[in-house]
Amino acid sequence: MAERRFHARTIFLVAYLLFAIIPVYWMINMSLRTNQEIVSAFSFFPRAVTLEHYRTIFTDESWYSGYINSLIYVALNTVISLFVALPAAYAFSRYRFIGDKHVFFWLLTNRMTPPAVFLLPFFQLYSTLGLMDTHIAVAMAHLVFNVPLAVWILEGFMSGIPREIDETAYIDGYTFPRFFGTVFLPLIKSGVGVAAFFCFMFSWVELLMARTLTSVNAKPIVAVMTRTVSASGMDWGVLAAAGVVTLVPGAIVIWFVRHYIAKGFAMGRV
Amino acid sequence: MPHVHPSCSLTDVARIDLDLAHSYAANPQRDTDYALRPMKMSFEDGGAYALLGPSGCGKTTMLNIISGLLAPSQGTVRFNGVEVTLRSPQDRNIAQVFQFPVVYDTMTVAENLAFPLRNRGVASARIAARVGQIAELLDLNPQLDRRAAGLSADAKQRISLGRGLVREDVSAVLFDEPLTVIDPQLKWQLRRKLKQIHAELKLTLIYVTHDQVEALTFADQIVVMMQGRAVQTGSASELYERPAHPFVGYFIGSPGMNFLPARAEAMSDAWTIAEQRVTVDEAMRSASGSEQQFTLGVRPEYVAIAQPHAAGAICAQVTQVQDIGTYLLLSARVGEGEHSAIVRARLHAESTTPAIGEQVWLSVVNAQSCVYVDDRLTERVEAAAR
Amino acid sequence: MKPVNQKAWWLILPVVLCVAFSAVLPLMTVVNYSVQDIISPERRVFVGTEWFAAVLRDPDLHAALLRQVIYSVCVLLVEVPLGIALALSMPAKGWRSSLVLVTVAMSLLIPWNVVGTIWQIFGRTDIGLLGATLVKMGVDYNYAGHAGDAWATVLLMDVWHWTPLVALLCFAGLRAIPDAYYQAARIDGASKLAVFRFIQLPKLRDVLMIAVLLRFMDSFMIYTEPFVLTGGGPGNATTFLSQYLTQKAVGQFDLGPAAAFSLIYFLLILLLCFVLYQWMQRVGHEQGQDPMPDGANG
Repeated sequence: MAERRFHARTIFLVAYLLFAIIPVYWMINMSLRTNQEIVSAFSFFPRAVTLEHYRTIFTDESWYSGYINSLIYVALNTVISLFVALPAAYAFSRYRFIGDKHVFFWLLTNRMTPPAVFLLPFFQLYSTLGLMDTHIAVAMAHLVFNVPLAVWILEGFMSGIPREIDETAYIDGYTFPRFFGTVFLPLIKSGVGVAAFFCFMFSWVELLMARTLTSVNAKPIVAVMTRTVSASGMDWGVLAAAGVVTLVPGAIVIWFVRHYIAKGFAMGRV
Repeated sequence: MPHVHPSCSLTDVARIDLDLAHSYAANPQRDTDYALRPMKMSFEDGGAYALLGPSGCGKTTMLNIISGLLAPSQGTVRFNGVEVTLRSPQDRNIAQVFQFPVVYDTMTVAENLAFPLRNRGVASARIAARVGQIAELLDLNPQLDRRAAGLSADAKQRISLGRGLVREDVSAVLFDEPLTVIDPQLKWQLRRKLKQIHAELKLTLIYVTHDQVEALTFADQIVVMMQGRAVQTGSASELYERPAHPFVGYFIGSPGMNFLPARAEAMSDAWTIAEQRVTVDEAMRSASGSEQQFTLGVRPEYVAIAQPHAAGAICAQVTQVQDIGTYLLLSARVGEGEHSAIVRARLHAESTTPAIGEQVWLSVVNAQSCVYVDDRLTERVEAAAR
Repeated sequence: MKPVNQKAWWLILPVVLCVAFSAVLPLMTVVNYSVQDIISPERRVFVGTEWFAAVLRDPDLHAALLRQVIYSVCVLLVEVPLGIALALSMPAKGWRSSLVLVTVAMSLLIPWNVVGTIWQIFGRTDIGLLGATLVKMGVDYNYAGHAGDAWATVLLMDVWHWTPLVALLCFAGLRAIPDAYYQAARIDGASKLAVFRFIQLPKLRDVLMIAVLLRFMDSFMIYTEPFVLTGGGPGNATTFLSQYLTQKAVGQFDLGPAAAFSLIYFLLILLLCFVLYQWMQRVGHEQGQDPMPDGANG
């Protein structure tokens, strides 16, 4: 039980953490230097710290609207995913019914489908519906992979709750909605936290569908950044700053669900 | 932790002496800073002990200190006078069985039992013989070649126990609530097996539990613990008849002891119990000595229905009568409002009882009653009882 | 046993509708296209399985498939052991645990194109730390020019990006092992290797299965990160299946073959996942793994 300061594990862990952080640090480094400095001098620390890139992002509408758009459709998607996945996960966890195994497997296959497969059909579908370049279109497109994942995760957690709790509640006179909301949900809240985290994550980072389905109004930040890349004079500084700012919501989300991740997984079948 | 070479033999007997305290705080000042308050305790060789108490009382902490999984923040642990405080568990010749059956899923039962011996480099022939012996003792022979993963919880606990017993140098076996996950109908079988092992192998057994029935049936000596200290150590009947602390009286017995506030006046032949004046005979009066305020404790088994205004009886109002099958449990309220107390009496199954709401006189002061001053049983009572 | 209740279909109806709308309709479109020759929006000719045959004969496709398989295998071979090792080194409790957890999980939450961008910059020999350091050490490194360097950089990027997923899953799995197992192992005198082999690894099998399946699926479908980093180059050295499909569908507007390819792609992943899953189940059973490894059942 003694603390081993120079044990192989600690060295390995520190080495990995450095490996994890250095590329991110490099990006932060670049975001704080002027474009000239970036291209001309190579140094570990900025010679002259500048916040001009961040200012650009927060004032230039084409940049910050990208963030807002992303946040909107990610939030929409997470809410819808959880909303439909919760009752479905309950059904899979508690009951047997015709086609239950097949439907569950079919759901998982949607997670395995390359997004590239859906590209053209989605393009046509949402054009036909007149939903191109809207937040709801991207939110709905992302349901393809998030809903199955949410159902998969939530079903695992729900199966960990003994059925006696349901039965006791019904005997006590609870209706199903009331039971679900006041008794069941609090018991699986770490599962909901984990599922929400993954829905947020996979939707926030997805590029292909988000770029294909949007042009101006709902253009997400991921697409704004690629636009910069394809331009001839690379605006490295602003790009790096944009990258840094995209980290922030993610970091906040992890910080809030950190306990759920470690503890929550353990309770579910996952 | 320095590795102490186990040159001193602990194989023959295991008298365990504890003189320690344990705290998770750096500088413990008050009693509440301690998980185990400063204490001295001894476990005689070959005895069967139970550490009994509610959750959080420190019994598992004490067990882990004895086994070496935890080192006490102050004090020493000695086996046969040899200090082992900093020795690791594998150097202490103890075995421990945990609440959840611990088996190595990927191994067969036989490989599980052989594991501790293999780790110590014992010769294969000896391992095989020993595994056979222990499997025989624990009725594991039919399953020796099956994978440990698929067996029932009680079989897995026997395997856990077997891994402890298979080492020939083991002199003490420690149990941490081992029957928790066992089916009720199998619990008594496992308990009987433990007693059988105790009788045959003559090991020191220390058993942690919060279930008094388990403690009372398993152990010769029971240590009742509360909030980090051992409140009383004794045999089942000692704990039952003469609980040294109100907590012991309350915890042991089903239901536990009744407690009533009482007052004695000098030069009077009566005590005031729960605001009622009760005549008390001289032998009992001397039990309270010169104390003015004390607590009277009496077990429901010794509370009887008495004649109105009889000596040692109080008046109460019946609130409930339960037919438990082998006896009746009468609950009655003494006093009014805030200061009222419930007194319970165990009556013969055939007795007639007043209806709910009626008055009843209950004899509470008798030879089995205990007087507690400052949470301690007064010595006079023992003199009076003799 | 779970009770039978056909009314449960009401509960899964929202999910089925959502996913069907998002998946079945488009998929039907794809199937539709895959059997037609769309010369112009008005002129469509039914060609049956001709596109499928053509796609399967396409040597460019074979090349992309080979590259993809090699990529996925390399990814799994590195990320799974590394993830397990990382999970074993991460502290379990205290403030250190939170800090390490957040740092490790960070790379998962970076948008994939930002990941590509970070490494694109990082690998440049003029302004990137990695590129510049390698050049200073005398290594002739150029990920835009040399195929080998491109492969190495793309793989390194994937390892950096996704190992935490494996690590997080394993970390959580390890937390589920009750302390009693470790304590009993101490008393039994087990070595650290024995603890890993007989306690930790068996308990991790369930979680590892999910990690392996997810990583395989996702690496087989990978698009954004390599695309941003190398654009598929140099040449088509790092053009994997997804990018090949997108080139065909979007770039060349050859809908028929693209649709056929999409279906084949999807079925391929399905088949490989199925095989992988069955294999892992069998290996798990041979080792005598308890199908319901939770403490209460014993």
